[in-house]
Amino acid sequence: MSIVKTKDLTFEYIRRDEDGNVEGITTAVDKVDLDIAQGSFVAVLGHNGSGKSTLAKHINAILNPTEGTVWVDGMDTSEEEKIWDIRQTAGMVFQNPDNQIIGQVVEEDVGFGPENMGIPTKEIWERVEESLRAVGMYEFRKYSPNKLSGGQKQRVSIAGVLAMHPKCIVLDEPTAMLDPSGRREVVRAVRALNQVEGVTIILITHYMEEIIYADKVFVMDSGKIAMEGTPREIFSQVERLKELRLDVPQVTLLAYELKKKGLRLPDGILTVKEFADAIEKL
Amino acid sequence: MLRDITLGQYYQTESIIHKLDPRVKLAGTLLYIISLFFFRNFIGYAAAAVFLAVVIRLSKVPFKFMIRGMKAMVFLLLLTVVFNLFLTPGTPLVSFWKLRITMEGLQLAVTMAVRLSMLVIGSSVMTLTTTPNNLTDGMEKGMRPLKLFRVPVHEVAMMMSIALRFIPILLEETDKIMKAQIARGADFESGNLIRRAKALVPLLVPLFISAFRRANDLAMAMEARCYRGGEGRTKMKPLVYQRRDRCAYLCILFYLIASISLGRL
Repeated sequence: MSIVKTKDLTFEYIRRDEDGNVEGITTAVDKVDLDIAQGSFVAVLGHNGSGKSTLAKHINAILNPTEGTVWVDGMDTSEEEKIWDIRQTAGMVFQNPDNQIIGQVVEEDVGFGPENMGIPTKEIWERVEESLRAVGMYEFRKYSPNKLSGGQKQRVSIAGVLAMHPKCIVLDEPTAMLDPSGRREVVRAVRALNQVEGVTIILITHYMEEIIYADKVFVMDSGKIAMEGTPREIFSQVERLKELRLDVPQVTLLAYELKKKGLRLPDGILTVKEFADAIEKL
Repeated sequence: MLRDITLGQYYQTESIIHKLDPRVKLAGTLLYIISLFFFRNFIGYAAAAVFLAVVIRLSKVPFKFMIRGMKAMVFLLLLTVVFNLFLTPGTPLVSFWKLRITMEGLQLAVTMAVRLSMLVIGSSVMTLTTTPNNLTDGMEKGMRPLKLFRVPVHEVAMMMSIALRFIPILLEETDKIMKAQIARGADFESGNLIRRAKALVPLLVPLFISAFRRANDLAMAMEARCYRGGEGRTKMKPLVYQRRDRCAYLCILFYLIASISLGRL
C-alpha cells in the first residue's frame, strides 16, 4: 500500500524582475517519480539546492506541482477541497524549531493542531498526553518552549504533528539547526515513532549518519532522483556520492579506503560495530 | 539588559491565582487600575497595597520578578515625579534658584509615583500568572459580543498571542545582532541622541528582515497544522467559570467597594 506517490512531479520557481516580466525559471523538482509504502522509513538526501525541501512541501500541499501529480493516501494534492485532509494525513516538521512552535506552553502547542481540526476537548488532552509521551517530552509539558534545548523543541514540534494522528510525517531537515546531541535525540524519537507507532517517516536531511536506519534512501541532485536504494546500496557507491557533493560517514569512508588498498572488506559498511566485526573476521 | 522586561513573561508555578479564569484576572486588573484613580487619601492606597500584597502572596511569584518589570519604568517614573515636584503651583515648601517645591507638588509627586508603581506591579501580576495564550483566550471570549460589529475578534487574539510568544525570541535576537555588530566595531553607547538613533539602523534592518522571515515560516507551519481561522476550532482549554472564579469576582467587588469608600473619605 503506498501512502505517498508522485508521477512526473515538476515544480518551477519563476523569477520575475520589477516589472513582472519573467526573468528566468528554475526547475527545483524535475520529473520525479516516487512511491513510498505505508509504514516505511524513507530518507531523502541531497546537498543544498537539490530540490529536496521543495519536494517535501508538495507532500503537505503547501506547494502545488507545476506539472505532474502527487497523491497522498490516494488523494490528489491539487484538489482544493481535500487540502485539509491531506495536511492531516501527512504532517510536516520544519527546520527551525522556534518558527513553528505557536504555543507559549509545550502542551498548548501540541494541542494547536487538534484544536484546528475541531477535536473535542477531552480527546485533545488524550492526544496531547499520548504524543508527548511518544517523543519523551511529557515531563516538560508545562514548560515554556523558550526554556528548552533545540533538540527538545524539535521533539515538541514532532509531538505537535503527531497529535493530529497523521499516517505519515514529513521532516524537512529537522536537525539542521541542532547540535550533535540534539540531532541524536530527534533521530531516536523519529525512529521510535516509525517502529512503535508505525507512522510512515519521510526524513529530508543532508546528514548521512541519520539515514542508516532508513528502509529506503533517495538521493536528489538538481531536482532529479540521482540514486535510490537501501542505505547499504547507497553507501557502497562512495565515488558517486562524492560526485553529488555528499559526505559519507567516516567509518564507511575508512572501510572504503582500506578496501581500495587491498583489504577484503564487504561493501557499504554503515556502523562502527559492523566495521569492527568485519575487521575481526580478517 | 533587554531581557529585563517582565511584561508578557509568564512565571510557571501552581497557585490559586494561576488557576483563575483569565476573564476574572482581566476584569480584576482593569477594576484595580481604575480604583487607583479614585482615591483621595492615603487609606485608599493602603487598602490597594494590602490587596495587591495578598494577591502577590497567593500567586507564589517571587516579588523580585514584579520589581524586574518596574526597572523598565524607572525613567518614566522619575520624569513624572520631577515634573510634578517642580511644576505644581501652591504653597512653597523649599525654594532655591528658580526652582520651587510646593507642598501640593510633593503630595502629587508621591501620589503619582505610588499610583504608577502599583499600576505596573498590578498588571505584572496578571501577565506573570496567566499564559499569554490564556490571556488572549480570555480576551477572545470576553470580547465576543464585538463580533456582531464585524470586529475580527479571533484574528486579533491570535495575532496578539503570537506577538507575545515572539517577544522573547526577538529580544534574544536583538541581543545577538547587537553583539555581532559591536564585535565589528559598531558603537551604540556614545554620541548624542541623533547619533545613537543612527547607530540603531544596522541593528534594526537585520532584525526586521529576520522577523519577516520568521513570520513567513510560522504562517507555513500553522497552515501545515490545519490552521484556517477561528471557524470550527475547538479549544483545548475552554473557559468555564468555576466556583473559585465566582469567589474571586466577589473578592474584587468587595475590594472595590471597600477601597473606594475608604479612599474617598
